[in-house]
Amino acid sequence: MTVEVAKHRELGLTDAEFDLIVEKLGREPNDVELAMFSLLWSEHCAYKHSRKLLRRLPTEGERVVMGPGENAGAVDIGNGHAVAFKVESHNHPSAVEPFEGAATGVGGILRDVFALGARPIAILDSLRFGELDSERSRFLLDGAVRGIGHYGNSIGVPTVGGEIYFEAPYEHNCLVNAMCVGLARTEEMVRAAAAGVGNAVVLMGASTGRDGIGGASVLASAELGDGDEAKRPTVQIGDPFEESKVLECCLELLGRGLLVSLQDLGAAGLTSSAGEMASAGGVGIDLDVTKVPLREADMEPFEIMVSESQERMLAVVEPAKVAEVVAVCEKWQTGAAEIGVVTDSGQVRVLRDGEVVGEMPVEALVDGCPLYDLEPAEPAGWIYGNEDVLSERVAAAAGPSADPTDPTSVLLALLASPSVASKRWAFEQYDSIVGSRTARRPEAADAAVLAIPEASGAIAVSIDGNGRRVACDPYAGTVEAVLECAQNLACVGAEPLGLTNCLNFGNPEKPAPAWQLDQAVSGLADACGALGVPVVGGNVSLYNEGPEGPIYPTPVVGMVGELPDPGGAAPSGFAREGDAIALVGPFSPALAGSELAKLRGVLEAGLPRSDITAVAAACAAVREAVREGKLSSAHDVSDGGLAVALAECAIASGAADASAPGRESAGGLGCRIDVSPFTVRGRTTDEALFGEGPGGFVVSGDPAALRALAGPSVRVLPLGEVVAGGRFELTAGETSIDVSVAELAAAWRSLGDRLD
Amino acid sequence: MKWAVLQFPGSCDERDAVRACERSGGEARLHWHEDRDLGDADAVVVPGGFSYGDYLRAGAIARFSPAMEAVAELAAAGGPVLGICNGFQVLCEADLLPGALLRNESLRFLCRQVELIEADGPIPADIERFSAHRPLSIPVKHGEGRYWAPEEMLDRLEANGQVAYRYVPGQNPNGSARDIAGVTNEAGNVLGLMPHPEHAVDPLEGSTDGLRVFERMARLARVAA
Repeated sequence: MTVEVAKHRELGLTDAEFDLIVEKLGREPNDVELAMFSLLWSEHCAYKHSRKLLRRLPTEGERVVMGPGENAGAVDIGNGHAVAFKVESHNHPSAVEPFEGAATGVGGILRDVFALGARPIAILDSLRFGELDSERSRFLLDGAVRGIGHYGNSIGVPTVGGEIYFEAPYEHNCLVNAMCVGLARTEEMVRAAAAGVGNAVVLMGASTGRDGIGGASVLASAELGDGDEAKRPTVQIGDPFEESKVLECCLELLGRGLLVSLQDLGAAGLTSSAGEMASAGGVGIDLDVTKVPLREADMEPFEIMVSESQERMLAVVEPAKVAEVVAVCEKWQTGAAEIGVVTDSGQVRVLRDGEVVGEMPVEALVDGCPLYDLEPAEPAGWIYGNEDVLSERVAAAAGPSADPTDPTSVLLALLASPSVASKRWAFEQYDSIVGSRTARRPEAADAAVLAIPEASGAIAVSIDGNGRRVACDPYAGTVEAVLECAQNLACVGAEPLGLTNCLNFGNPEKPAPAWQLDQAVSGLADACGALGVPVVGGNVSLYNEGPEGPIYPTPVVGMVGELPDPGGAAPSGFAREGDAIALVGPFSPALAGSELAKLRGVLEAGLPRSDITAVAAACAAVREAVREGKLSSAHDVSDGGLAVALAECAIASGAADASAPGRESAGGLGCRIDVSPFTVRGRTTDEALFGEGPGGFVVSGDPAALRALAGPSVRVLPLGEVVAGGRFELTAGETSIDVSVAELAAAWRSLGDRLD
Repeated sequence: MKWAVLQFPGSCDERDAVRACERSGGEARLHWHEDRDLGDADAVVVPGGFSYGDYLRAGAIARFSPAMEAVAELAAAGGPVLGICNGFQVLCEADLLPGALLRNESLRFLCRQVELIEADGPIPADIERFSAHRPLSIPVKHGEGRYWAPEEMLDRLEANGQVAYRYVPGQNPNGSARDIAGVTNEAGNVLGLMPHPEHAVDPLEGSTDGLRVFERMARLARVAA
């Protein structure tokens, strides 16, 4: 008995959970069963610390085609088409082996989307690493970016957007979240529920090996720490070529109506796929592990059942269609093996050579895991570190003699700050155009825009989540993440249709991360409710902690919206000399949680609360103006505050030249700005220039068009004008900035030089 | 003008190529790599992507497909064959084009809009002559696009007018010898280039210059006919 106890603990089950399994089975589980239970009852699969909280999220909406519980969520975009999307984490594998970890993260989220019958049309990534001066962070960044590129580029799905932040709390535990967007004919979409007693269960794709065994329980559901090197074998190895064949094969099978249902094999491999399909369909499944094509001959049944070998799909097929399914798989040179049958037993039975080696009620295996209440407690004050690096950052960006109190120097330091600076170094390693839908490439506009001629329009996609601000105030910070996504969509004229999220938090069994999670879910629920955007799917990644403590709580929000005309999406950058520039929306800048507060080492708990309704009204005004073609540019005010947003608009002004989208800024345009409307209202110059907060848009266009944006609940502050000459001139009361746009651009584009 | 666009396992840009052929005024269809018979196709695109996962070496496996035998026959008969990116690699592996494509100098995949000079004659020492032509704005996206050939072969290619496209000086994205972005066979009917003209055929993509590459091949077809 003591041996058994040690074993279930090793697999991540508590004593109480083990006792509950014994009670549900009426006996002690054997090794096969214990391995399967330990995975499906892991945090990663069972959401046992988060499921109760997630019930707060609004999931209904008239455009929702598929909601939480399916492989991915989906929303209707008209003309018989739907867009499926989901974001998922692959944090711990990436922290152990960044290239394969990130690559298989992309592979996994692609399978989630094409399992529905949707062709993947876009990938976005949200990445977090420690500070750039750490060698480990640069190693993880390099590996993760190469891994994402390797998988996405090879399989021919464009990576169209994303974000990267560098913060010390991610030093040990980086975050790699990947989002996939797919397009489907609504009537051809399938659910992941097994049905039809007597139907065949067919395993398609790659053969099964020993890679990734225990990934969901050992790696994903525990804190990182010493000995992570030894966990490297739990990281899966990706093969995008295999996935490319499986993808085309599955879409052909679904297009020809040959499958009853389809499910990808992700965390916990066959165990979770078979279990979840049986649970969703209210049936049982018999699987014979001797029929599973193996890479290594001597694999044990439990290894076969829990292997996380990549590029595999599980399908339910009517017996009469099995031969045709096998033929299509042969055409695509990918595997197909009939490994089991749908039963009415309500049991998942594992057989070897006809002998039962494991038998568990589906209900116990899939839905029997106890759900836990959190024991949240608000920590007293700021629980993360602070370091004053402003002087050295100013010296690096503006020269050794630069004055760290001079606003020009501060602006240059902020633009060069790795979290703010251009991520071109990363996104140029991604194919952003394959598929011929990308109408706005990375950095061309605030959101990625994809043409959907099938539904006579376009979609826009954005992914956001500033962990530092969430750390300051988990509720307000999460609201801001949703608002920033909505603002990004508004800038390109898109209206939100649905939202997916990945909740990356620390150990939920500890009071502070539990409180952060609880607050963040409330913020997410309230923001989505107020904006009327349903949450159609998501993922929870807990236990993101290293020896120094938890990561910044990081809810990553991915939002999809629709717009009528992909060509009408406004660019971020100024486009026309003589245009007026205005600030639109309820922007109320504060230094709390800002990039500048970070550089000064003065971060503390607390953020001002935002007025979601007022932000929504500003979004609607900007969206409509963009759709009517009345704005030359639109950009939201985000990291680094108003001065950084204006600088980004000026830097990007050259890129608005459609004849040469890749050309560097010609340096023709600049701007002349007066932010006195802020400073006269009692804000300090620092707050007006570098303060952050949601709700602000920098827009340019005809002065009358900008004035017309104002409404009962939409504030418009004229700031200045777009001028020729390539100078960035800004006045804030007694203070002024006068610097060339080229110098700003050099600071903003400095990331690549520091990485190669 | 009827195009066949080859489709290998691992091809990525084949649908984009079909669309581009159609935008340039032709008809186009996908052609499965195992099908030896090109049917009524006047011209072939060997598209971009990662045929066979680029395993072994980019293009090294795809060249042995049945459809490639038919492509070699079409090429020998003077029919237009356009290899884009991975297709360029396949045509080099198949000895239908001279030279080879090596890993980018940066050792990284690079996706970027670049400008090309169309150079369908011997290249003079000074580039001035070419600045009379507006450069083509076309994206590259590859990890193995550094064109390489022995020096004497490069000299011969230039003398024969087989250098079809060069990167505008300063924009060479991969370290290609003599800024070469695309070459033809001696007869001029087989063209391979690393940039992706099929991703520059719509104003939404920021450029329609890629159409000029397809039109160039279409002119060849009319000459051959």
